[in-house]
Amino acid sequence: MGENYFMLIGTSLYALINTAILALMAIGFNLTFGISGVANFAYGAFYVLAAYGLWGMLNLLHFPYPVAVALAVIANVLLGALIYRFVLLRVRGQALSEVIATFGIGLAILELFSYFGWVGFEYTLPVFLDKSFIIAGTYVDFQRLAILGFSAVLIMALWWFTHHTAIGLAFRGIAQDERTALTFGIDSDWIAMLSVSFGAGIAALAALFIIPLGSIAPGEGYDVLIKALAVCIIGGLGSTGGVIVASFIVGFAERFTDTYIGSHWTMIVSLAAILLVLVIKPSGLFGKQKELEERI
Amino acid sequence: MKKRKERIDRGIKVRSSDIFALLSWREMLYLAAPRVLPVVACMALPILLDPYWQKVLLSVAVVALLAISWDIIAQTGMVSLGQALFFGVGAYCSGVMNHYWGLSPMLSIPIASVMGGLICTVILLPVLRLRGIYFSMVTLIIPLILVRIVEATKIFGGTEGLSGMTPLPSKWVELYLIVIVLLCALFGFRRMMNSDYGLVLKGINDNDRSVINAGINIYWFKAQSLFIAGVIGAFCGAFMTHVYMFVGMPVFALDYSILPIAAAVVGGPGTLAGATFGAFILVPLSEVLRGFGGLRIVFYGAFLVIFIVALPEGIFHYIQRKYHQFERWAEVAE
Repeated sequence: MGENYFMLIGTSLYALINTAILALMAIGFNLTFGISGVANFAYGAFYVLAAYGLWGMLNLLHFPYPVAVALAVIANVLLGALIYRFVLLRVRGQALSEVIATFGIGLAILELFSYFGWVGFEYTLPVFLDKSFIIAGTYVDFQRLAILGFSAVLIMALWWFTHHTAIGLAFRGIAQDERTALTFGIDSDWIAMLSVSFGAGIAALAALFIIPLGSIAPGEGYDVLIKALAVCIIGGLGSTGGVIVASFIVGFAERFTDTYIGSHWTMIVSLAAILLVLVIKPSGLFGKQKELEERI
Repeated sequence: MKKRKERIDRGIKVRSSDIFALLSWREMLYLAAPRVLPVVACMALPILLDPYWQKVLLSVAVVALLAISWDIIAQTGMVSLGQALFFGVGAYCSGVMNHYWGLSPMLSIPIASVMGGLICTVILLPVLRLRGIYFSMVTLIIPLILVRIVEATKIFGGTEGLSGMTPLPSKWVELYLIVIVLLCALFGFRRMMNSDYGLVLKGINDNDRSVINAGINIYWFKAQSLFIAGVIGAFCGAFMTHVYMFVGMPVFALDYSILPIAAAVVGGPGTLAGATFGAFILVPLSEVLRGFGGLRIVFYGAFLVIFIVALPEGIFHYIQRKYHQFERWAEVAE
């Protein structure tokens, strides 16, 4: 008991929050991939784009917060749809062309921002409520708790959406078998476009919640993409359950190495986890559905 | 009256496709020009260019080699988004051998090429079974994480890197070494990809399961292809270490992953020549655009998207088609 005990509790709490952050980052990427099979490598760019857009609307145009948030999310959703309509649709089904095209888009967006040089502490988003609480002897600010709550709500909302609404069921239909879904009158191009849009929208929401903890920087885009990829690979691409479990694994592993070994080692733990999972089960922990497509 | 475009082989192509090519100089020239011209150009360029553009030629050749290395594994069905892994591992191998053991560049470059190739193959062995974009995702992550490992463990100079490598004897050695290696790699590996061995590699890309059905161990062939690509990439890294006389974390930078892919996509994937051609277009172009600073990478990104969508075959295939075939409008019978 005593200090060690509180340290353990504190670390666990922050690990839980880290898990929520990772899940929030990965869920949008995973949604897009799970439905349309489009690996959206511009995902990190969408995240950063929404953050800068929101920042600009708040600080340059002085929009009220809710309006700015709504506009940022809608803009991202539209952008996702446009990119699908004008770029991805033309290379649909050629997975590698999709990857190169989205990667190119992401690269162009992120490098454009680093060209502008908008980096620094002033480039951040406001926290929702400037307050902190003491839980089991550990300081936790409201923002982190909000992330925890929002992740849980988002995952449940997505589950409800994909199981109980017409579009959600169409999403799952396309994910299971595109051709069969077509015979049921589901327009696969329309649904795939929605999936990319939804992914982009979720990236905007993730930025809205996570950015206030730090500041906006183009490098964040690469970080988010890497973390989303890591979580999705470990969990098994396109599996929501996998994302949650993998977020727990990576989230706890990162926090505990950070506290007990050293902060430099967190990334190495993620890499070790990825390689280990790939060696033992190449399709990820929960990736069953498309096993033959992803490995041989 | 409806019309359609038809595409027909030029007479000269048909005439020069077998022994009859020897009948006239014109046919022989038609066959030889596409092969001799690049060789002559590559040998003459180092003499003709001024010192600044000689440096540009160095990076053209390095990017071209990396693009060839990318194309070889891409033709085997493994699209890598992390050529920087090969480059960086080669650079560190050579740097460490030169810095700690004092090996001369003439020894450390070849040893680092082979060692780098081996190390990269071993690193990627666990993901050999992954296909398509799953492989791409892992290759994108690995170099970025290796940077963090170097940063965290502070091995090989950590964030500072290692400096004070032995340079190559003279800039002429530098220039001709890389140009000759480029030409050998281009023509040698083109030949390899057209041989039976290359056919197996391409078969893995087209349909890996039917290659397995033919009783061929595709993992062994994939590993070999990775090793070949790894050696080329590691050579570039080792070479640049001695040109810059420095090795550090920037060798894993995204540039070394993006530029080769951009070159291969712009030039035309699947021929190696296209990849080289793309490098000869993109790198000088990026020098011209140097005034834009960081915007250059934005242009690369835009190029990637435009070419993937509008001209997925690449410039090289386009030129090749124009060289061998002509087009005309033909009437369609009602």
